[in-house]
Parts: sequence; structure tokens; C-alpha cells
Amino acid sequence: MKLIFEKSVAGRKAIEFDTEVPLVNGILDEGMRRTKLGLPEVSEIDVIRHYTALSRRNFCVDNGFYPLGSCTMKYNPKINEDMSRLSGFNMLHPLNLDNQGALQLMHELSSDLCEITGLSAFTLQPAAGAHGELTGLMIIRKYFSGKNRTKIVTPDSSHGTNPASATMCGFTTVTIKSNSHGLVDLEELKANLDPSVAAVMLTIPNTLGLFEKDILEISKIVHDNGSLLYMDGANMNALLGIARPGDMGVDVMHINLHKTFATPHGCGGPGAGPVGVKEFLKDYLPNPGIDLDGGVYGFIDHPKSIGKVRAFYGNFGVMVKAYTYIKSIGGSGLREVTENAVLNANYMKEMLKKDFDLAHDTVCKHEFVLSDTGMPNGVTTNDIAKRLLDYGYHPPTIYFPLIVHGAIMIEPNETESKDTMDEFISVMKKIKQEAVSDPDLVKSAPNTTVVKKLDAVKAAREPVLKFVL
Amino acid sequence: MNFIPSTEAEKKLLLKEIGIGSVNGLFKDIPQSVLVKELEISKPLTEMQVKDKLTSMSMKNNVCFKSFLGAGSYNHFIPSVVNHIVSRSEFYTAYTPYQPEISQGILQAIFEYQSMICSLTGQDVTNASMYDGASAMAEACIMASSISRKKEIVILKSVHPDYLKVVKTYCDAYSLDVKEVDEVEFSSETAAVVVQSPDFFGRIHDCSKVKEKVGDVLLVWGVVEPTSLFILKEPSLADIVVGEGHSFGNAMNFGGPYLGIMATKDRYKRLLPGRIVGQTVDTDGKTGYILTLQAREQHIRREKACSNICSNEALCALAATVYLSYLGKSGENLGDVCLQKAHYLYSKLLSKGFSPVFDAPFYNEFVVKVDNAKVVLDKLKQKGFILGVLLEKYYPEMKDCVLVCATEMNSKEDIDAMVGSL
Repeated sequence: MKLIFEKSVAGRKAIEFDTEVPLVNGILDEGMRRTKLGLPEVSEIDVIRHYTALSRRNFCVDNGFYPLGSCTMKYNPKINEDMSRLSGFNMLHPLNLDNQGALQLMHELSSDLCEITGLSAFTLQPAAGAHGELTGLMIIRKYFSGKNRTKIVTPDSSHGTNPASATMCGFTTVTIKSNSHGLVDLEELKANLDPSVAAVMLTIPNTLGLFEKDILEISKIVHDNGSLLYMDGANMNALLGIARPGDMGVDVMHINLHKTFATPHGCGGPGAGPVGVKEFLKDYLPNPGIDLDGGVYGFIDHPKSIGKVRAFYGNFGVMVKAYTYIKSIGGSGLREVTENAVLNANYMKEMLKKDFDLAHDTVCKHEFVLSDTGMPNGVTTNDIAKRLLDYGYHPPTIYFPLIVHGAIMIEPNETESKDTMDEFISVMKKIKQEAVSDPDLVKSAPNTTVVKKLDAVKAAREPVLKFVL
Repeated sequence: MNFIPSTEAEKKLLLKEIGIGSVNGLFKDIPQSVLVKELEISKPLTEMQVKDKLTSMSMKNNVCFKSFLGAGSYNHFIPSVVNHIVSRSEFYTAYTPYQPEISQGILQAIFEYQSMICSLTGQDVTNASMYDGASAMAEACIMASSISRKKEIVILKSVHPDYLKVVKTYCDAYSLDVKEVDEVEFSSETAAVVVQSPDFFGRIHDCSKVKEKVGDVLLVWGVVEPTSLFILKEPSLADIVVGEGHSFGNAMNFGGPYLGIMATKDRYKRLLPGRIVGQTVDTDGKTGYILTLQAREQHIRREKACSNICSNEALCALAATVYLSYLGKSGENLGDVCLQKAHYLYSKLLSKGFSPVFDAPFYNEFVVKVDNAKVVLDKLKQKGFILGVLLEKYYPEMKDCVLVCATEMNSKEDIDAMVGSL
């Protein structure tokens, strides 16, 4: 499809602005002015047709099943969108002091997150999960300031953001091997703990969809070493109303509002990654915090704060959506979310394990991981993923976690029905049959998409990163 | 409402296939001692109830003032087309385009965004967005340190105070030294000099003059009000341009979600954080778009990545792309309207006895001084106007100084009415 620039016609325009005030010439010296503005010249209908056409070249949750593991692609209720666009919220300038509604919403959202996680205080400032990790690790770094705790320990199944966040905080990462059950190996953990370890970063349930059944012992080992326990809350959809990280010994965690709390992913963002901490770390949270004093909400500064991780207070529009969601489903609904997410995942796991190798054949939480080890005729995970596109599905997360050969990570979510799951299961089985009877069909996929397999090597070796005017 | 489609009968069927009697059987691996009985969270509300609740909360914020607030968040007109496009669920309910064959829509839109941002900033390469302008500026400091292998960041005090705090927070964690200065200076240890233009006080700085002064030292150029780029000379001599892009079609939203802009020279592209979209071909030779240069990123390089960024602000970047397409060459018109209105407001305030504070050229934001500024602002507020931000809060020495902004949204009638009520 042509780029919007290629649809540009000199002299065409969609909008004008009225100066209104008497014109004053020569405000800026000519040398200060730009000579050329490289934007397309198009009409309103050109813009609408162009971006509507582009939207039709995009798969989305509203379009079909999106079992992308670790991403929690649940349905995004429409009411949330409408609430975030109320003019009292989206027209509010961040420095407008008549902001009691906004501060109340943020304060109540923080309180609800504390109750859900069993932690004492939250900051809503981080804009995404990785931003939350960074913030959490900055808090840990400052807490241990001068103590020479320079290492972060994380399992080999962890998200790539975990070690990357550690690096941005000046920590070195120690990666420990998971045991044969896909869980933290207690001996391996002990062997890697010493007085230089600041924190152990765990995803619970982990990226294999498995709950760390030894979590209480892990927590004790970590704390006995004087280290802190950080939880990557990307998989929190498996724990709502069931178990609380704070009760398990977690000291710091982040939550992804755009996963667990049904705010949409927007093609990769905006998200929000609130960070929760235990009482003893509260003073280190980013500034400003929000306080309720005598019935009035206001900003407060934390005495030992790490500082600030972004301008203003966070992705407020995302907070409105998450708050709306929590108020809609209530405390009982949160538990139902997790029960159904876990039920659905276990059902799909049982239905698929006869045809595909399971990484770990045990009760899973909200997701599970298959492997391509048993696939015939050299058919790989990538081939299966691309063939799923032909059948109108978004594929699961693939090749992650790295510790499973050709990983296929499936997370169905609570918002999918048995019918939807059954259709997907039958397509997966069909692809398995095709891999036996007609492997080339699978390997040449996709064939029904607007473009076929793209040349990633060419894209990286001869980068074309913009349209040249 | 819990948005769960499964009926009790269906749940029983699922349990039967799994071979267990109750859903509690799926949580036996969690220690009994940490199982929750009941969360103390309010009861579920119907859609009507939740709508009433949120609407009344939103009305506790007063957005009816005639406001001249800027200072990092700008009230610009958002053409209807922008929200119509970003409200298409094909865009807002999709994930990151890791499967390019079914994500050509957003990938092409981001490629267009990259092209527009490069053109506006005068840079060669840009990423697909950062969290906001402040975090982009902080990441630029880390990037500059990686390029130069030096540890000192020199930053002008005229940078937005929130941005300064974010830069200090990131640099502290990354063990870079931050030196705040009044005038541009540098040493052999300097990784980057950071300048904002127009700066927090609205003053326009000359990029080529600053670059001439710093020579080989990397220059990070911050643009917090990006509509200024519609008329001001592009900062093409800077080494990294960062900015806040929310003015391009994204609402003020009480400070977020916003749009972090980050662009640089071609030679530094492999150290640029964040996602980048590239053009390529499919197996039939047809043009397509794909996330590229991923060897920089955390999911490939883990602890060796350029940054930890994963989720970005893609939908805000899409809004900016639609906005910039829609404005096209009328962007210059918009920039001039902001420029003229701000200068009209400035001259009106001076005629009412406000005094100028700086002498430098400005775009749409400026500082004026008035005796008992707080009282003046309070009185204006009672009449329905917010004149601006009292700077004493940020700079104790700037007592009675007010930062004032005008955009196309401030009509001549409102400006006259506000000035008339002084």
C-alpha cells in the first residue's frame, strides 16, 4: 500500500487555523525559521481512507482469538475507553490544581492495588512494565546505597526486560538455571546468593505458567541473605483474589495495567507499570505521591525518594481504564477472572498435549508452553505460527521462554469461551496433520495475508527506516 | 460485570476434560497459608453505575477555566479524524507488531511516523516512541554515554524541572554525573550537553550556535513543545533530538499517556533504544514493514541491550501520525497562530503593568513578572481564568514570575476578556 507521502498533492489541505489577533511581522528573524516542512498535503477523506485501510491490515483482539502468552490479551471493555475520554479527565492539564477527581481516582486505584497484592504502597508513575522494573530496581538500589550490593539474580526463564532493567540500574545480572520441573532450583539459588546480591527477581507464576510452589522457602532464603525479593507481575492474571505477592514475601513488584487490568495494548503502548512496595520501602517511591488529608487529596514528597521516572504523574488515561475495570468487576470478579483464566489454560493444555509436546506436564496457571520437539518433517514453531495466520489466528508467543526448544506459549485468558478455544484447538490439530501429510504447505505459510514472509535479514542489513522526501 | 463468557455448565465441561472436580484443584501448588479468603474491594457495579461513578468523579476536576497553562503540557486542538482513527479497535486492541504479516497497518503507520519525525527534527533515524519527553531525554543521556564512553552529563538549568529530575534519577542509577549549568560549558569528561529549546521559560536557542560551541561533544536537543518545529529551524546539527510529542493529536490527560520522541544521526542508529520499523520485501518481492535492528533490544540481548524499554506509546505515535498527516503544510499556519497569539497576549500583559523577565525570542510561552503574582492569579481564577504557573515553586529566586502560554485554543476574545479583567 502507498505511503501517505505518496498520496500527497501540492496545494491540497484538510485544515486551517485563524490567527484572529492583529498580525505582527518579523517576530522571528528569518534565520530562525524553517524553510521546508516535510509533511504530506492531503485532504480529510485522504487521511480517513488511508488510515482506515491501514487498520484493516491489522489483527486485534476485537477481531479474533489472541492467545499470546505472557501478554494477557484479554477483551478490553468498551466502557473503559469512554470513561478515559470524559472531558473532566482527558482535558485536565497536569498543573491545574482543581484536580480532586483525578487525585481521588489515583489514590483509590493505589489502595485497590495494595489490597490485591498485599503490599503497602504503590506509585502509578511508571509508563510500562519494564519502566516499573526499572523503578523498582532503582528503589532497591537506593535502599542498599553504600552497602555494596551490586547483583541481581534471576532465573533463565525470566523476561528479557529483567536483566536489561538491572543493567540500567548499574547492577550485574546472575542468571540461574531452572530445575527439571521448570522452577527455581533451591540449591542453585543458594549457591548464587552472597552478600553482594541486592535482589532476586522472579516472575510468579513463571514464564512457563508454573507457580513457584517453594515460594515461601525461596523468600526465606533470599531474606536470610539480606536480599530483597522482586516480583515481575506480568503474570498477575493468575493470582487475583487467590494469593497475594506481599503475603508470599515479595518486597517490590510491578503490575501491568495493560495486561491484568484489561487496558488495551494499543499496538505496543501506552501501558502502565505501577510499582508496589512493602512499608519499609515506602519512603523511596518516586515523587510525587498522593495523600488524603482531612478529606482533601494532595501531592506529597517521599523523604528518601529515588526522584522521578517521567514527567508529571504517569499514564493517567490508562489508570482511568484500569480503575473502571476494577469497579466494574469488583472483588468477587477479580477472583473469577483468575479462576477462569487458569481453568481455560488447563483445558487447552489437556486438549493439546496429545498432539504437541508439553514442556511440563503438570497443572499450569494462566498459560502453558508447548515445544516443537515432536513435530514431523522438520516443521518448526515458526512454521506453525505462520500457518495459524492463514487460519485467522494471532499465534501464541513463540521461542520464549528460551529454555524450551521451539517454545509455543499459550495464554487463552478468561474472556474466551469454550467454543473459541475448541476452534483453535481443532486448527492446531489440523496443522499437526498437515505437518505430516503436506509439510511444504505449513512451511510456506502464510499465504492468505496481505504480505507473505518478510525478509528480516534484508531489513536489518540494508535498513530503510524512513520515506525519503 | 466480569466480562467472562463461560456459563456454569461450560465450566463443568472444562473441569471434566481436565479431570478434576473443582476449580480449587488448580491452585493446589500454592501454599495454603497464603491463600486469600476474600479481597476487600468494592462489589461489582453495573455498566450504568460505573458510568455514573466515573462521570461524577470526572466532574470534580474543573476543566472549564480559560487556561493559559503550558509548562510541558499544551492545550491544542485535536481534529475529529484523530480520535476516529485511534478509536478503531484494529489499532487500540492489537499487541506489539511482532507478527508482521498481520500487523502491516501499524507497522506502515509507524514507518510514516518515523519519516515525519525525522523531517521535523532534521535527524536521520528515529525510534517508534519512548514513554514521554522526560524519559526520552534521560535515555538520550545514557545513549550519549555509550557512544562517547564518558560519564558526565552537562544540562542547562533552563530545561523543564521535571525533565531535570528524571535525567538525574536515571543518571544516578546508571552512575553518570549530572552537572547543572546556567550557560553551555563542557570538559574532556563530558558525554553530552543537554539543551531544551524553546526552554522551560519559552526562550528559543540556536542549535547551530550551540553545536559550534560544543564541537565534538554530543549535543542532546530537547523539544518539549513540538508544534514549535512547524515554524522553527529544525535542530539538524544536534546529535540526538528528544521531545514530548503529545501536542501532536494527544489530549492533556492530566499528564499522560504522552509521546516520547527520540531521533538521532544515522551513525548512532545501532545504539538507539526502542523499537524501529524498517521497510523490506516479502517472498514475492512485495514491499512490507517489519520491526528491525532488534539486536539492540532487551528480548534479544537481555543484559547487553541498549535499554530495557519494551512497551512504548505506539497508539500515541499513531495519533501523532494521523494529526501530522491531517495538518500537513497547515502545520506552519498553526505554528504562526501560536506565535502571534502568544505575542499578542504578551504585549497586552505588558500594557497592564506586567514586566518582561527575559529578552530572548520566544515561540508560544514566556515569563512575565507582576507584584503579588499569587494574589493576581487567585483573583483571575475566581473570574474563570488560569493565567499560568507561578515559577517560585520551582525557582525560589523567581518570586512573582509567571510562566504563561498561548495556543490556537486561546481565542482573541478570551485573551481580551482575561486581560480586561485584570
